[in-house]
This record gives sequence, structure tokens and C-alpha cells, in this order.
Amino acid sequence: MNTTTDPRLNSKIPAGAIGDKWSSYKEDMKLVNPNNKRKFKIIVVGTGLAGASAAATLAELGYQVDAFTFHDSPRRAHSIAAQGGINAAKNYRGDGDSVHRLFYDTIKGGDFRAREGNVHRLAEVSVDIIDQMVAQGVPFAREYGGLLDNRSFGGSQVSRTFYARGQTGQQLLLGAYQQLGRQIGLGGVTLYNRSELVDTVIVDGRCAGIVVRDLLTGELQSHAAHAVVLATGGYGNVFFLSTNAMQCNVTAAWRAHRKGAMFANPCYTQIHPTCIPQSDPTQSKLTLMSESLRNDGRVWVPLRAGDERPAAEIPESERDYVLERLYPSFGNLAPRDIASRAAKRAVDSGHGVGPLKNGVNLDFAAAIARLGKDVVQERYGNLFEMYERISGENPYDTPMRIYPATHYTMGGLWVDYELQTTVPGLYAAGEANFSDHGANRLGASALMQGLADGYFVLPYTIGNELAPMLNKPLPGTDHPAFKQAEQDARDRYNGYLNTKGTRSPDWFHRELGRIIWDYCGMERTEEGLQTALAELPPLYEEFQKDLRVTGDGESVNQTLEKAGRVDDFFQLGMLMCRDALERRESCGGHFRSEYQDEEGEAKRDDEHFAHVAAWEWNGDPMSSIRNVEPLEFETVHLATRSYK
Amino acid sequence: MAQAINSRRGPVTGTAKRAKKRKPFLLDLYSTAVGKKYVMAITGIVLIGFVITHMIGNLKMYLGKEDFNHYAEFLREMLVPILPRTVFLWLFRGMLVTAGALHVHSAYGLTIINRSARSVKYQSPRDYQVANFASRTMRWTGIIVFLFLFWHLADLTWGTVNALGTSAADGKFVRGDAYGNVVRSFERPPVALLYIVANIALGTHLFHGVWSLFQSIGWSNPRFNKWRRWLATGIATVVVVGNVSFPIAVLAGIVGQ
Amino acid sequence: MTASHGKHLTNLTLTIWRQKGPNDGGAFESYRIDSISDEASFLEMLDVLNENLIGEGREAVTFDHDCREGICGTCSLMIDGQAHGPQRGTATCQLHMRKFESNATIVIEPWRATAFPIIKDLMVDRSAFDRIIENGGYITAQTGGAPDANLIPVPKPVADAAMDAAECIGCGACVAACPNGAANLFTAAKVAHLNLLPQGQAERFSRTEAMVETMDEYFGSCTNHGECEAACPKEISIDVIALMHKDYRKAKIANRKELARK
Repeated sequence: MNTTTDPRLNSKIPAGAIGDKWSSYKEDMKLVNPNNKRKFKIIVVGTGLAGASAAATLAELGYQVDAFTFHDSPRRAHSIAAQGGINAAKNYRGDGDSVHRLFYDTIKGGDFRAREGNVHRLAEVSVDIIDQMVAQGVPFAREYGGLLDNRSFGGSQVSRTFYARGQTGQQLLLGAYQQLGRQIGLGGVTLYNRSELVDTVIVDGRCAGIVVRDLLTGELQSHAAHAVVLATGGYGNVFFLSTNAMQCNVTAAWRAHRKGAMFANPCYTQIHPTCIPQSDPTQSKLTLMSESLRNDGRVWVPLRAGDERPAAEIPESERDYVLERLYPSFGNLAPRDIASRAAKRAVDSGHGVGPLKNGVNLDFAAAIARLGKDVVQERYGNLFEMYERISGENPYDTPMRIYPATHYTMGGLWVDYELQTTVPGLYAAGEANFSDHGANRLGASALMQGLADGYFVLPYTIGNELAPMLNKPLPGTDHPAFKQAEQDARDRYNGYLNTKGTRSPDWFHRELGRIIWDYCGMERTEEGLQTALAELPPLYEEFQKDLRVTGDGESVNQTLEKAGRVDDFFQLGMLMCRDALERRESCGGHFRSEYQDEEGEAKRDDEHFAHVAAWEWNGDPMSSIRNVEPLEFETVHLATRSYK
Repeated sequence: MAQAINSRRGPVTGTAKRAKKRKPFLLDLYSTAVGKKYVMAITGIVLIGFVITHMIGNLKMYLGKEDFNHYAEFLREMLVPILPRTVFLWLFRGMLVTAGALHVHSAYGLTIINRSARSVKYQSPRDYQVANFASRTMRWTGIIVFLFLFWHLADLTWGTVNALGTSAADGKFVRGDAYGNVVRSFERPPVALLYIVANIALGTHLFHGVWSLFQSIGWSNPRFNKWRRWLATGIATVVVVGNVSFPIAVLAGIVGQ
Repeated sequence: MTASHGKHLTNLTLTIWRQKGPNDGGAFESYRIDSISDEASFLEMLDVLNENLIGEGREAVTFDHDCREGICGTCSLMIDGQAHGPQRGTATCQLHMRKFESNATIVIEPWRATAFPIIKDLMVDRSAFDRIIENGGYITAQTGGAPDANLIPVPKPVADAAMDAAECIGCGACVAACPNGAANLFTAAKVAHLNLLPQGQAERFSRTEAMVETMDEYFGSCTNHGECEAACPKEISIDVIALMHKDYRKAKIANRKELARK
């Protein structure tokens, strides 16, 4: 196993007590004079929560910002689909919440595999996010007195989650989108829509810009900048079936990785416990039901395996309330990975419910009896409607059926405290980076991290980096490195068109997804991962030889776009399996069957694996180099995560 | 004004920086579609008021010739002696003509805007969900009523479509004898039918128009919103029933010479 | 992969608008789907069609889609003459085949409005919506200076009403369904969301004026048919349109404090 500690993996965590690190960073950082900011051009790729908020804020500060999205509008990014809420250590409930507690919950939730400094900063700025979003007009839920309402969420014992019905992500994204729209209108941001990043360009070791493909014309364009921010989301679609949107992909991050940005902890993927089970082989994606449902829903399966009776006919005495039994103190609010595995075990042992026996019940009967149907409807009405539209069943009468599905990826581009990747000038924000969630993300923390990165971190740290570059010449898009990148991309896409094989990109994607889900999904084994690593290269080779892309490269061609994305997913998939194989412990979303205690709980190995694995590209994902950034815990005490 | 968005691909920036050239206030307001709808609604209110008053006044027909012609004379003598005879009536007519002209002009303008907002129509049949017959035929019921209006004036105000006479006995149009003119006109079944058809068109127009004007002006309140539809139905019904009753009453012999 | 348990629809005919590019002519073409599970979503049915087409060496049908959870607003499609198809309050991506019958002919057309030019096949360009947002569809609040979130209480009914309007997903069904190609529901939903909240009061009138006039540059006029509300996947009420018309009126006439400075 290649495990060398690498000087390039310097986290740059400021010295000092944990609570002072961020303020001392801000006090010491270099500033760019307001009049000089307009001399700097910053590219932001992706317009989700992290991208839109970063682009808007950087433009407000005075930088020239170019924003890129492959969607038709910045408002489409998948942040919009987040349902449950956003955490913030406001302690508006007076229930003992604090920045430190949010920090600790996040570190613990991440199974002690995240960097303390980053996480504490996240908890600190969480309170500013709520202030900012309310000022922007996000219609968070209110109480009758007009103050903000909160709900509780998995993995925490306080109510710190702010929400806007079941559409918190939508409302936050629209807030950031509107702020971005304002800057586009004022000329601070230049928007390139339907433009997909196909390569990053490095000149003299610095990121000099990007090459994008205009999805409407197939034209390749180079863009040069002083700094490039990738806010391009996660790679959950490597599983084919996931709760991610159809177009979510790893291409931007992967292309950056191939140009030298290290990719950290790809095996940390999160399985969300409350999704609607698959119902049909043509299914293209899985739909998430907000985790907030677990506040009032009770998870149960029939005690007797193979029980075919409808839920209503199974008496209380013959039901197994799995989470309440196994985790009495957290009950149905146990963290995601734990709840997911409990569901998987119930289904694997034959206790699954539904026509395909591939789900567990999430029952609201008790909540309806206790709170009344109106209150339940008020809280979850739109989620219930959505469930009914998809499944054809009414959750007020019969329990929902849920099953875990891939939802979020904690791994991503390695970044330091400044969110800079191992390539100077190249930043990663939001889900695209690996920084804050360790091996498992707590519910309602993704929105928090995306906005924290975009609003309150990058605008400071980029300035610190750019200040010394004032008036230094910037390599233009006529630089040979840009021309080379354009040519490479042209060859790549022509290659897909000219393979003229027999199988569609979707066919390969399904096959890839099946292997990754079977061997690198909720539960992983040495043997399974070896199998995956044996099966993936031949399938990838087949992809390269037998791909069929119809249509042309000069107009919209969604098949061609997909081919490029599947190509990158293949390479990432191999790296993921290698990372999962090398991490010989169980932690958070990464569960290795060999490493569990007598009760089936994850067993960490802090002695050997309390580190970040950052993979370095060397031409072939099967031989990428594993570098290590040790995690140092100064504040928290490494404990076995227990939610009993 | 509806326009195709720039088909040239390119970066987007500074889209809110264009300084808009402002026309004088009322023209500026009228140049927008929403402004035209205000005009539509306000002139609509004026015209609805007229239509209702006109219908109520005409009910005098049922009281007989004396009362009806007395009412007609009252209209000519309104605000006498502040104003000379018929001056107020002419002012009133002027206002109606202006309202009607603006109503038609804004309708025309909006039609142009709407046509260009969908320059290529749907190539498959639409399946409308709530747009009703009235709302989708406003343009046509409006044109019917508008054309009818001229005929109505020519028939009963100017008498130009009728042979002019000096006494009622020869069945001709007699200036000043409103009652007799109405009766003589409606005794002809084709004319009566025309009146009935036109008034049904008017009623259909009002059914959507009365409801619609609340939306256009922005009079919306949960307390009375549900009454808007009732009000529209009520006004349309009353106007149609009242106006259609006249030719029927004449044909049925209830109202006669 | 597991087998399906639901019933299957058989022998479907899809009549789909195909168009090479923005400036090309287009025409309907017919395709057959022999069998599809009624658990499949409408877009999954199109996925199956596209797989078949690629298998035959033909170009796949281009259509916009992304989240497939009814929230991103990317999907469009005029299905049998209705924006987003026959199910009320449902975006195309949430429409399932159980709403259709075997042997049916389903006509699929792109949304048509001059402001939404067709890019290819069923894909249209809805950037005109972004232009409306860029012209006032926001509350100016630069990052960093916001007061505490609980400083200004927002009565619950007001927050709820704002949220009702804010649910708009920007899909453009309102424009597609409107016989006049008007965008009043889209614009008014954003105006209502921001104008109802106390935080939005400072820019209330300038916002309304700018948004309405930007909308005017691209779209048709509202003649109160109500088709937009019926097509809206979020069932946003046309009451918000009345609210926008009221605020525009006030912006132009009654807003003396601001007019005094012009």
C-alpha cells in the first residue's frame, strides 16, 4: 500500500485554540484593495448553493466573476432538491446548543474522520448563514409569534434545523440564485449557461483556467482566470441509481484530479436511509423522502420473516421497531449510516416489506394519533403527496415504504483550510470537496456547508491567495496549454462519436452502477472489492471499444454528454473501490464487514486510519498513488461513536 | 412587447443596466401590457355601468309609451339648467365613445402582443383545463358587440338604416319617438334575433370581463374573491335577461303600439 | 435488477416533435413502445424509447430533465395538449405511466412561446425567466451585513403565504399553458414572495416595476384564463397575479415617496 505523508497535503490550519483559528486567520490574511479587486478574474464552475453564493459574494466584493453552469439556468442545480433543512448553532430553542456542540456533533457524526479546524469554522459561520438567508427573503418556517421555527434531525439531540416546508434546499438555492442574478444584472458576474467544464488548464503549476464545451453547439472555449472555483457537486451518480439528479456528474472534479488535484476519500459515500424503494427495472433514479420524516415516523418491519400481510393487519406485538429497539436514546433519529444498515439487515434477513420485499415501513399512525392529521399534514404534506405520486399509495393510511439509497458523497477533491486543492489557484467548494463531513454527513449539514464555503470562506481565502498576484501577467487563452487542452477535449468527444460500437452510455452506466452498488455500496468486503476491481477494467475496456453514440457533435447531443460523464465515472469507480479496499476499517459511510464488533457496529481503527487518503493521478486509476494527511485531534477526544 | 430572445449564444451580463427611456407617465404606463389591462378594466367598468343603466332605463318600456319617452327626454334634459339641453348627454356620449375607443384600442394592442408572444402555434390540439368559452372568445364577442353597436345606433339613434318618416302610422323611424321606434324595429323578427344574439355575446363578454377586471386592476382579497365570479355571473345574467326581454316582449305582443 | 410487480402498458404510440435546431423546421414523428411498466415514470418511458433509438442507430430524442423529483423545473413537455401532462400539480418528471392506458397515442410537443425558442426536439430555452429575476427578482442583501435572523418577526401566515408563492420551480408551464404566452404567474409568484415579506419592503415598488417591465419585453399579456394555475406543478394561485397588478399600479401611481425623487 502506498501511504506516504506528503508535504503537498499541508492543511494550513492556523495555530491557536480551536475557537480562535478562524478569527485569527481572518485577522492575519492578506487583503486586496477594493479598487484592485476588479483586476482579478475568478471562474466559478457550478451554480448550486456553493457556486452561486461564492460567485455572488465575490462579485459583490468587486472581483470579475465568470460563472459556468451546464444547466439552462443557475436555478436548476441539485441543491434545489434538498428537503429537510439547514443546521445552525443559533440556540433559538434554548436547548443547550452552541457552536461547540454543533462542531462536536459534526465531528462525531463524521466518525472522527474530518479536520477539526474546518469543522469548527463551519459551525461558527452557520449562524451567519441563517441571518444572511433571512435577509435575502428565504421564507423559513415561523412560529405564530413570528420567530423562526426549528426541528430536530438525525444525529443531534437539539433542535437546530431551520426549514422551509420540505423545500429548504429550493428556497436557499433560489435565495443564492437571486443574489447571483442580481450580480449578473449589474454586470458583476458573467454567466455562461449550458456550458460544461471539460478540462482544467495548468500553467507553471498554477491553475490558469478551464476549457468548457458549449452544450448547444459543441464548441470548445478556453477561459483564463486568476483563480478557479469548482463547485460542481458530488459523484453519487457513479451508482447509477441514486437520489442525485440525472445530470450530476464527477467530470469537473475528475478532470481537475487528472491535472494534479488530489482526490480525497472517494470511498466515503453516504447512503440515505429514507428513499422510496426501487419498483421497476427501467427506473432511472431513486427519490429521497426527507430525513425529517424520521422525527415523527417509526421504522418497523414484521417480526416474522416473509410476512405477507398488509401493514394494518400486523398487530403491534408482531412488529419490530428496529431503530427504537437497537438505539433507545436516539431511536428513529439515529444517524444515517446506522439507520441505513439497520434497514439493509432487516431486508437482507427477509423482513422486507412491499411487493419486492425491498423496503421497511416508516409508519405515521402514532404521529397522526398523537398530533392529529392536520399537524402531520402541515409538517409533511408535500412529502406525502410526492410519495403518493410516485408509489400510488397514501401514507396517511398505509405506512411509507423506505429503503436506503446513495445520496451524498463526503469524499471529493482534497482541499486545505483555504479550500484550495493541491493545485494552486484551484479551489473546490460544497460537495465537490471533501472537507467537513468526515466519513459521514449529518442531516441538514450539506446546505450549511455549501453556503458556508461560498458565502463566508472562499471570499476571504481567495483574496489571501490573490493579493500577492496583483499586476502579475496571467497566461492567456492563447497559451499552448489551453490549445492542448482544447485539442484533447476535441479528440475525446470525437472519440466517443467515432467508436461506433453497439451499446449506449446508459447501458454501461447501469452496469458500472450495479458493480459499485453491489461491492462498494452500503457494506463492503475485501473479497467484494477485489471482485469489483477485477470486473471494472474489462467493462471499461468494453466501454471504450463498444460504445455507441448517435447524433453529432455540433448540436445538442445528450448521449454524447452522457458518454463523457460515464467515462469519468468509470475511472472514479475504480479509484473508489481501491480507496475502500485500502481503508481497512469501518467508519461512517464506509462499512467494511470485516471490521465490526459483536453487535455489528462499525469498528474504527484510529491507530492506522485516522487520516485522509488523498489520491494522486498517475495516468491510470488502477495505479493512482495514495497519499496521506494525518488527522490531528486537539480538541475532541476520539470516542467510539455510540447512539445507543 | 413580446420578442424572441436573442438566439445568438453568448455570455450573459449586465442585463439590468439598460436605462429605460421613459415616455410621459400615462403613455409610459399604457405602453406595458399590464398598463393596457388597467385601461381595459377601467374602461370596462365605465362600459359595464352604461350597459346596466341602459338596460334599467329601457325597462321603462314596460310602463308604456309615456314613461319611456319621458325617460328619453329626461336624458336630454339632464343637468338643465346648469347646462343647456342635451349638453350633458353629449358629454356623456363623449365619455362613452372615449372609453369604448380605449377599450378596443387596448384590446387590439394586447392581441398583437399575444400573437407575437407565440409566433409559432402549438401543432397539436390543446386540451384546455379551465379557460372557458367566455374567456377564450373575448375577442370575438367583443367584435360582435362592437359591430352590433353601430347597427344599434343606426337603427334607433340615427335611424339611418330605417326609412325616415314623420308619423308613427307609416311604420317608419320618427326622431324623438324612442318608444315607437323600438317597437317598430323589434316587430321585424330578423332584427329581434340580431338583438338577442348580440346580447348573448355581450353577456358572455361580461361573464369573463367582470371577473377579469378585478384581477387586472389587482383587486384581490380572500374575503371577497369568491364573490367576484358570482358578481360576474349576476351582472351578465341581469343584462342578458333584461335586454333580451325587449325584443321578445315586442314579438309576443306584450309591448306594442 | 429486480423484476417489476406492476402491470404493463402495451402498444403505445408516441407522436413526438423532432426539430434539428433553432432555425430548422420540425415535424412530428411516431414511435412505438411495445411494453412499459406502469410503475415507470413518463421520462423513464422516454429513456426506454431513446435506448431503443440508439440501438437502431438513430439519434435519441432531446428533452430537458434533471432532478426527476419535481423540484428543479428543468423538465417541460406538452403532453396531449397539456403542459406537464394530465395530472394536476405534477411536473412531467413526476408523471407516471399508470396515468395512461394501453394502446394510447401520446402526443409530445415542446413548449411554444416566442420567448422560449426551441433549441432541439423538445428542448427550449427559458433564459427569459432569468432576465426577469436579474431585474429586481431579489432582495438586496450583500453578504456579511445581515442582522440577526430573529430581529424582524414575520407573522406565520405571512411567511406561509410567501412560501406558497416561493414554491415556483421556474419550469415555464405557466407560459406554455397560457393561450397568450404570458409569464404573469411566474413573475407574480416571485413578486408576491418578496413583496409579502418585511425584508422585501424596501425594494417593493422598484422591484415590481422592473420585473413587470422586463416580463413585458418577452411575454404576452394576462387575460385571466387561469390556465397557468391549472398547469402549475406547484399549483400557485393566480391570486398572486392580482397582487402583482396591485403593486405595479402602486409603483406607477401611488408610490409618492419614491416618485418624488425621480
